[in-house]
Amino acid sequence: MKQIASWDLATVEATQELGEKLAKVLFPGDVLALEGELGAGKTTFAQGVARGLGITETIDSPTFTIVKEYPSKLPLYHLDLYRLQTSEEALDFEEYFYGDGICLIEWATRAKDWLPEETFWLHFSVGEEGSRHLTLTYKE
Amino acid sequence: MKQPKKTYVLGIETSCDETAVAVTMDGNELLSNCISSQMEIHQRFGGVVPEVASRRHVERITIMIQDALEQAGIALQDISAIAVTQGPGLVGALLIGITAAKALSLTTGIPLVPVHHIAGHIYANHLVRPLQFPLVSLVVSGGHTELIYMEAHNHFECLGKTRDDAAGEAYDKVARLMGLPYPGGPPIDRLAHVGMETYNLPRAWLELDSLDFSFSGLKSAVMNVIHNANQRGEEIQEANLATSFQQSVIDVLIEKAMRAVKKTGVKRLLLAGGVSANRGLRSQLQARCDQDGIYLQIPPIELCTDNAAMIAAVGTYQWWAGNEAALTLNAEPNLKMSAVHR
Repeated sequence: MKQIASWDLATVEATQELGEKLAKVLFPGDVLALEGELGAGKTTFAQGVARGLGITETIDSPTFTIVKEYPSKLPLYHLDLYRLQTSEEALDFEEYFYGDGICLIEWATRAKDWLPEETFWLHFSVGEEGSRHLTLTYKE
Repeated sequence: MKQPKKTYVLGIETSCDETAVAVTMDGNELLSNCISSQMEIHQRFGGVVPEVASRRHVERITIMIQDALEQAGIALQDISAIAVTQGPGLVGALLIGITAAKALSLTTGIPLVPVHHIAGHIYANHLVRPLQFPLVSLVVSGGHTELIYMEAHNHFECLGKTRDDAAGEAYDKVARLMGLPYPGGPPIDRLAHVGMETYNLPRAWLELDSLDFSFSGLKSAVMNVIHNANQRGEEIQEANLATSFQQSVIDVLIEKAMRAVKKTGVKRLLLAGGVSANRGLRSQLQARCDQDGIYLQIPPIELCTDNAAMIAAVGTYQWWAGNEAALTLNAEPNLKMSAVHR
């Protein structure tokens, strides 16, 4: 895996704006794997991506249902694997990993064995004063 | 309304981790209420495990249907309708209840009625005291935080809902951050009983007229408190953090509920869903309603959590209104209320 970009995000708005901007350069079938501790900004980023795809529906946490689908020209599949325990359980959601929309996966490490090689990995970490640091890594 | 004789409805609920079957008479009398909880299994993992949940539902569902009919003293042929939770919930878990309901409907010819899980939580109150309209219901659970307006039976209007985490979800995640057990509600409620509000945590009011909720920022704020204390090598005052967190959640829930009451002009507020078991919320909401002259109804704790009696109750009114489902009925993990209750 090679780091190809990184950002410092001072506010929630900055995190959403980045998601919105990145959404404009995505292609059908792209998979974005989001990693970072509870409250690091994963869902906030997902809200920005949805906005960038022109989705006006509320993007709330998918923790309870594991997956939420949002129809649009480029459909968004928003997954949260927080509640899964084993890598095998993630296999149930494989159709989303190889779908025609944009697949955004929170706590994606749990599905690492099944994700496409071309997955974009985004790692969120918490810095001083509530700021966030985001790195983007991709295959060699 | 077709009401030739007594209406017996069999309710089936498997949207999350409880396998539940119940029988009600005329939508307001509880004849049996069988619940098989998986709490202990999921406690070990710190949350509901979808695959485990589905497997347990399969093992339990037929026995539960028999138990519920036996305890009610009702034969299957006397059942008027089979009400089943169509969503929202975990797709794998919902499917078990729906498949059982469909199989039963196909073999007996008893009509199938789809029910929205949130409508069920509201109707848990109907089993204790008949609903009187118009009313506003605050539904708070691990998967939902919504304000619903009802002007009559079968009429549900969503006034506001969470834009990110559900209130119960915030409790579970904050409990995890604090190293407390799952589910997070009871341990935090207990700690909050003895602590003081010393941490300054945010309240998300959103836009001035908004009845929506947001708890994600609060979760991040708690995380920041813990993170900063760890970096400085300071101890967290656990009870005080629990108190501060709980007060922030309660302040927002109460204020938004009262705004909804004011906006719609109703005199009745209903609390529903698993978080209504929270002692802090119950007592503070009661005090506020007394002060504002609003009648508050809270169901007993055993009807606050997921059960099938509430599904049978909604199903009865749905059946009387002629809302039957075809055998092609499918589980809808993100079901909207307007899609099932017209």
